[in-house]
Amino acid sequence: MNWTRRHLLGLEDLSAEEINVILDTAESFREVSTRKKKKVPTLTGKVVVMMFVEPSTRTLTSFSLAARRLSADVVSFARGGSSILKGETLLDTAKNIQALGIDVIVLRHPAPGTPHLLARNLDASIVNAGDGSHEHPTQGLLDIFTIRDKKKQIEGLTVAIVGDIKYSRVARSNIWGLKKLGARVVVVAPATLIPPGIEELGVEVCYDLDKIIPECDVINILRIQLERQKSGLFPSIREYTKVFGLNAERLAHAKEGLLIMHPGPMNRGIEITPEVADGPHSVVLDQVTNGLAVRMAVLYLVSGARG
Amino acid sequence: MGTTLVADGRTICPDQGIDRKLNVLLSDGRVAELTESRPAADKVINASGKIVSPGLIDMHVHLREPGKENEETIASGSAAAVAGGFPSVACMSNTDPAVDNEASSEFVFLQAERAGLANIYPVGSVPKGRRGEELAEIGQLSRSGTVAFSDDGSPVSSADIMRRGLEYTKMFGKAIIEHCEDLALSGDGVMNEGTLSTILGLPGIPAASESGAVARDIILAELTGGKLHIAHVSTAGAVELIRTAKRQRLSVTAEATPHHFTLTDQCVKAYDPVYKMKPPLRTQADVDAVREGLRDGTIDAIASDHAPHSTEEKQLEFSLAPFGVIGMESLLPVAVTELIDRVLDWPELIAKLTCNPARILGIDKGTLRPGADADVTIIDPHLTWTIDANRFRSKSRNCPFHGKQVRGRAIQTIVGGKTKYRLHPNADY
Repeated sequence: MNWTRRHLLGLEDLSAEEINVILDTAESFREVSTRKKKKVPTLTGKVVVMMFVEPSTRTLTSFSLAARRLSADVVSFARGGSSILKGETLLDTAKNIQALGIDVIVLRHPAPGTPHLLARNLDASIVNAGDGSHEHPTQGLLDIFTIRDKKKQIEGLTVAIVGDIKYSRVARSNIWGLKKLGARVVVVAPATLIPPGIEELGVEVCYDLDKIIPECDVINILRIQLERQKSGLFPSIREYTKVFGLNAERLAHAKEGLLIMHPGPMNRGIEITPEVADGPHSVVLDQVTNGLAVRMAVLYLVSGARG
Repeated sequence: MGTTLVADGRTICPDQGIDRKLNVLLSDGRVAELTESRPAADKVINASGKIVSPGLIDMHVHLREPGKENEETIASGSAAAVAGGFPSVACMSNTDPAVDNEASSEFVFLQAERAGLANIYPVGSVPKGRRGEELAEIGQLSRSGTVAFSDDGSPVSSADIMRRGLEYTKMFGKAIIEHCEDLALSGDGVMNEGTLSTILGLPGIPAASESGAVARDIILAELTGGKLHIAHVSTAGAVELIRTAKRQRLSVTAEATPHHFTLTDQCVKAYDPVYKMKPPLRTQADVDAVREGLRDGTIDAIASDHAPHSTEEKQLEFSLAPFGVIGMESLLPVAVTELIDRVLDWPELIAKLTCNPARILGIDKGTLRPGADADVTIIDPHLTWTIDANRFRSKSRNCPFHGKQVRGRAIQTIVGGKTKYRLHPNADY
């Protein structure tokens, strides 16, 4: 199929076919990183802006490297805080950047829907690099790419996503992508971190990690934010670790080929013990490596759709 | 001033139970008579094929002056009011400074007089400055013409202040218009809590935030015998609580806005802040319940909750944009299009825009009884048109009905016997 989307705002809007196009394209780009000269001329003459209004290290680095490997010119624009405080609206800032002759804006922003705001008002392609609790599509894609790489298929697998489902953009992008490709998705968290109506996205809700582990082909562990405990969503970190933390004992009943994933950064000893994070089931570093290929694929496809 | 005859219209005055073809004679700023005969007059307005209503009342608007004159002034708000068919509006106290003493309410009257278009009735705050523990000077405010008390935009969070407010306003026969919201439950919510807020990753405001607060205030109305009016009802739960309170003959009334009986939370899907308001747009079941409340009389009035905001602010990120939409110039056509022949008949709709709000506010308006002020709204019930916020008299453009195809429009608004708005400047109808 031909790729026609100018923006990547989330996985909710994509069809299974479109997701597979991205994954297949990423597959072909993966080889670039193994070359001696890790660069292709695909996006020569294109300008990609990294607009990160929320701090990020790994996503920013991964996107920047992906754009450079495609030979694009990369500009970084980082700033903290909300637009009101800075006296210029986000839209004005983005229009000013666009006036410099920009092709793609990779946007990270704490407010959900901000990529949609820019997509509505600008000509540049917008790639969502995480908007609040809404979506983080390239993280979802790289997780799915990693699963597909190891398991050769997605359909029929049982994937548990464990942790802060309520506030997690990673959870949402994974749910959309995995469900579209035919996986069974179970979300595991304290009831206070399960957002209302999540079942209507086609997932099962489970409060008992031990019960679900033997059924899982993949467990994706999310980072637990300390602020959630402070705002009263669960009693203590200690209790969270006891009830929902992944450790070696819990994995005694796991399937042999179980994959353990984590989008990072990890709180070792809280949601995951070091021996599990570094153990035989863990594919955490594969996720990071694959992220590069997936982001190259996304930048390539949206740029192509611009003509 | 002389005499004006509004001739041959379908005259609907729910206050008097009138709905038939009658001529309305206005004389020296008052209604002289409603008659089948055709008395001589200095001026005749041909209202044939039109509806002749008592001047409509929008009992819930925000005019932003003093404080945010870039978004609305009492003058621009007055122009928007008469263009929407409203000779009378009640404006909320959440200005800067707030309307919490006699001087600030007199300022509203003075600016309204300078604008010279509509009757603007100030609503005073309940505690001083809309916060803290001390009641505003409710007695002096009442004497200077304040029609009701409300901290709208926020609830009266303290049950104790609400109790004392209901007791104290009772002495002056005034209602407390309450924005029912449990702020702790709303948290940092920006839209209705439900599957869609989960999908969009936006913090939700649960329906319980409204219904819980409504329950508390009804119980306090019962305790005090005070007069309670529930503003902008948005949830099925709140409608049911109000219905029960009315069955118990408590002094509880309620209003609904066009957006809450027309739009659902699905509008938020594209993250456009023009659909961001408090209370938030709810589910279809809630919309249906609000409509049923309008139909069976649980909800007494329709009001716009006209809340102007600058375009710059409404183009911010959804979570950062302010709450509120404008509505004085879209209320009537949206209500006609959505409710007539489906939920309400014409006399029922007009009652919710005339005698009912007049009764709640305790003002001598909303009727065509002989001797009443000559406030008349002439409505073309068949006119089809497209709402265009860019042509509004309001200074702001944040209207969720922009672009909507509608039926019905106020074509002439008469205030105190003088025409203050005409759709076609050269024509009397």
